[in-house]
Order: sequence, then structure tokens, then C-alpha cells
Amino acid sequence: MADTALARVPGRPRRWSLPRPVVAGVGPGLSVLYLSLLVGLPVAAVISQSAHHTFWSSVTQPHTRSVLEFTVLVALGAAVIDAVTGVALAWVLVRDDFPGKRIVNALIDLPFALPTIVAGLVLLSLYGPSSPVGVNVAGTRIAVLFALLFVTLPFVTRAVQPVLLTLERDVEDAAACLGARPWTIFRRIILPAILPATLTGASLAFARALGEFGSVVLISGNLPHTEIASQVIFQDVENGVPQSAAAIGVVLLGMALVIFLLLAFLTRRNAARHG
Amino acid sequence: MGKYALRYAVLGYLALLLVAPVAMVGYRTFQHGVSPVWDALSSHDAVQALKLSLLITVIAVPINVVFGISTGWLLARRRMPLPWLVNALINLPFAMSPVVVGLAVFVLYSRTGWIGTYLFSHGIPVLFTWKAMTIATIFVSLPFVVREVVPVLEELGSEQEQAAAVLGASTLQSFFRVTLPAIRWAVVYGTILTVARSLGEYGAVNIVSSNIVGQSLTLPLYVNNRINQLDPTAAYSAGLLLAVISLLILVGMTAFSSRRHVEADK
Repeated sequence: MADTALARVPGRPRRWSLPRPVVAGVGPGLSVLYLSLLVGLPVAAVISQSAHHTFWSSVTQPHTRSVLEFTVLVALGAAVIDAVTGVALAWVLVRDDFPGKRIVNALIDLPFALPTIVAGLVLLSLYGPSSPVGVNVAGTRIAVLFALLFVTLPFVTRAVQPVLLTLERDVEDAAACLGARPWTIFRRIILPAILPATLTGASLAFARALGEFGSVVLISGNLPHTEIASQVIFQDVENGVPQSAAAIGVVLLGMALVIFLLLAFLTRRNAARHG
Repeated sequence: MGKYALRYAVLGYLALLLVAPVAMVGYRTFQHGVSPVWDALSSHDAVQALKLSLLITVIAVPINVVFGISTGWLLARRRMPLPWLVNALINLPFAMSPVVVGLAVFVLYSRTGWIGTYLFSHGIPVLFTWKAMTIATIFVSLPFVVREVVPVLEELGSEQEQAAAVLGASTLQSFFRVTLPAIRWAVVYGTILTVARSLGEYGAVNIVSSNIVGQSLTLPLYVNNRINQLDPTAAYSAGLLLAVISLLILVGMTAFSSRRHVEADK
């Protein structure tokens, strides 16, 4: 992640000349001021808005609680499925060869390029009420899972692919010579190597799924049992109760924070282990 | 035969989740020929939505590119105080749900918000106008350029900039003639991602928009509005337009993604 990329490179001089006052003071000052106004202040405003005596009651209210439970559960489900399909996809893209592989490889990024509402529209057109194949999942919890799987598709694949590319084939050949079955080779040699990347990708997918909105609204049908957290936040704002929206927003923020702190910790530990 | 089983399982999964639904939108859009699509896209409301999306993008992208390059340079050259805090703030928009971003802008600029109180008392409406939608868009697309530029600048090192300084170049000269040419593909790639996000953002702008058809809808908001108003032709036409734009963006991404790091390896 960004902060590991920023790890100090030993031996590189910290400063190479006397910085001019403009660069040394005003530049960083402006940058920090801009960031604080654009990002820091709104986030602080939401946290302050949620710091209301109703915080606890709005988060633990039965409907909100069940929505939060479903949100975490369905995001977790999407992340787990992504971990399996993502590794399989990365494997096929790195180790297999077939005509059109480059197109498939480029297609993986489509969910990142496609606007979320179009992702929802796309799923609605095939798996909605007027489905030509007779599969209508609109308004069910499966539809929410579908939408989340669609938008989080690239995370695990893109995390695992570079690791698979750098993996030494010799070790696998040696294992095969010693009589290891393909499954054993995968479990004992490949899986340990790609596990950190898989976990990173799945955590990113989980974080993304927790807050997803655009791809879900069209196909979930706005029903109480298919609602996820961001939809409740949206409705609370529309209904003029921003305190409640802010409370749920802060819960989402907190969960995202925990995920990213865990990821930073994992990346650091991994970097330390592999030098 | 495990190899083939895995290959076709993976391709089947992609076909069902990704390819077939996207193709279906194309089919749905042109189900009744080209002229209804053209009529739908040239209607006043659709044109307004496209114009608003473009306006927001045209403002948000340059701001994020300038901010991204300058802040990225300050971070990579260790001129930034409290880099961990700056990094955290830069990454925050990616960690946040777009709806929470919209909510944050809403709370800050609402009549009782910290900035909104002042703005409303001076008769400068921001919330529920294109201004708030632009602010929300700048917020969600903020990290793209910085995050592309920083690793390339790190790889590049500062030796060439030092050489330029020794030869008497001013900071600005060395930036425009040494640094910028070296990171240009990373900047292009980050810009493409910023454009994609700005054109396609839905959740964040939805909360701060007044959602009036023909006035304050962006293209993604218009798609949702048409579905809710049971006007699928207009929804699919606008959706397909966005999908085509993102396919072009995808082609751009594929073309530039390999080039952006090569530059630094020279």
C-alpha cells in the first residue's frame, strides 16, 4: 500500500539542496490545508454530527442492527467467494494459455471502469424481472451478493497475479519429481506463497463491499430485508435524520479503519519477513 | 483434464457475472432499433445530465491532477510534514463508502453545518447545487493521481533533479523539464482513472443533489431516475453511453498500464 511504498530508501540523502522557501513552506502548507478542508473537515463534521446522545439508540435500533448484520455478512460472503474465484482467475491468467487471454485479462478491470449504477443496470437487465433467461433475483439477498461480486471482482485477481508471476517453477517441479500430487503442490507450495496477497485482495473487496451503494440500489428493490448500510444512510438523509445517518456512517468508517489498519500491519509484517 | 475444467469454470463465471450482463444492456438498448435510442439521448433531460456530468468532470479532474502531482512530489521527496497523516487523509476517500462521502459533504454544507451556516447567511447556496456535487466528486476521486505518481517518483529517485539543480535549473524548470516528462504516463493513467470515477460517481453526488430531472441530475443519476420512472429505453440508452465511455477508458487503461513504470526504469 501507499505507506509501504513510502518506506525510506536507505542511502538516499534526505535533502539534496537548500529548499527554496516557496517549496519548503508554502507548498506543503497549501497541500495540507487543502486536504484538511476537502477531506478532514467533512469527515470531522460527520463524526461530530454522530456524537449525539442518540448515537447508541440509532445504531442498535432493531432494523439498523439487522441491516448492519446483513451488510457485514453479505460483504464477508462476497470477499470469501472472491478469494476462491480470484485465485482461480489469477491462476488461469498466469499459468494457462488460450486464445483471447489478453482480452479476458483486460475485461477483469471492467467493474472498476464501469460506473456503479451501470453495474446495477447491467445485472438488472439479465437477472431482473424481465430476464430473458428466466432468472429473476431482483429484490432478493442473492441479488445483493451478485452486485457485490460484480464490483469487487478485480481485487483478489489483481493482488494475486503479480505474485504468481514471480513464483519459481523449479520448486513445483522438484515437488512433482518427489511424487507430490498437483493438489499437494498447490496446498503446500503455491498457497503459502499467495496467501498474503489473497488476504489483501479479499480485505480490499470486503471494505469495498461494506460501503457499496450504486450497484445495489437498482437490483435490491429497496426492500427491508435486502437493505445494506449505505442505503439506510441514504434514506435517513432523505427523511431528515442526518444524526442517525451519521451514526451508521461512523460505524462504517470505523470498520473500514480497522480493515486498513490490519492491512497495513500485515503488509509491514510481510515486508519485514521477506526483507 | 483439471486444467480445462478450471479454465472453463473460470471463463464461465466471468461470462455469467460480467460478459453476458454487459452484452444484455447492449441488446436491451437497441431492442427497438437505433432511433428510439437517439431520441432518448437527444432529449432535453439526457443532454442536461450529460452536460452536468461533463461540467463536474472538467472541474474535478484538473484540480485533482494538479493536487496529485504536487502533493505526490512533496511526499516522494520527503518535503511533507507529518507524511503518515497526509497519507491517511489521501487514502481516506478510498476507504469510505461513497454514501458516507456524500453525507460528510451534506453535513458540512447544510444550513446548520460548520461551513453551511456561513454560506447560507451570506446567500451562497452550495448544498443541492452543482457546486456540492463537484466537491463530492473531487473528494471521491482525490487519491487516483497521487497514488499513481508517488511510486513512480520513488523509483525515479532524485538524482536527475539534483543534476538539473547543479546545472542551475530553477525548481520550476527542473520540475517541468525533468520530473514531469519522467512521470507523464503515470499522470495520464491516474487522470484516466480520475475521469472514469468523476463521470461515473453515483452515491456521493446523489445525496448532495436536489435530484430535479432536467436540472440537477448527472448521467448516472439520470439512469436511476429513468428506471424508477419506468422509462427503460432512456435508462438503457444513458447506461450504454456510460458503458461505452468506460470501455474506452478500459482500453486506455490497458494501453497505458504497462507504460507507466517503464519510464522510470530507464
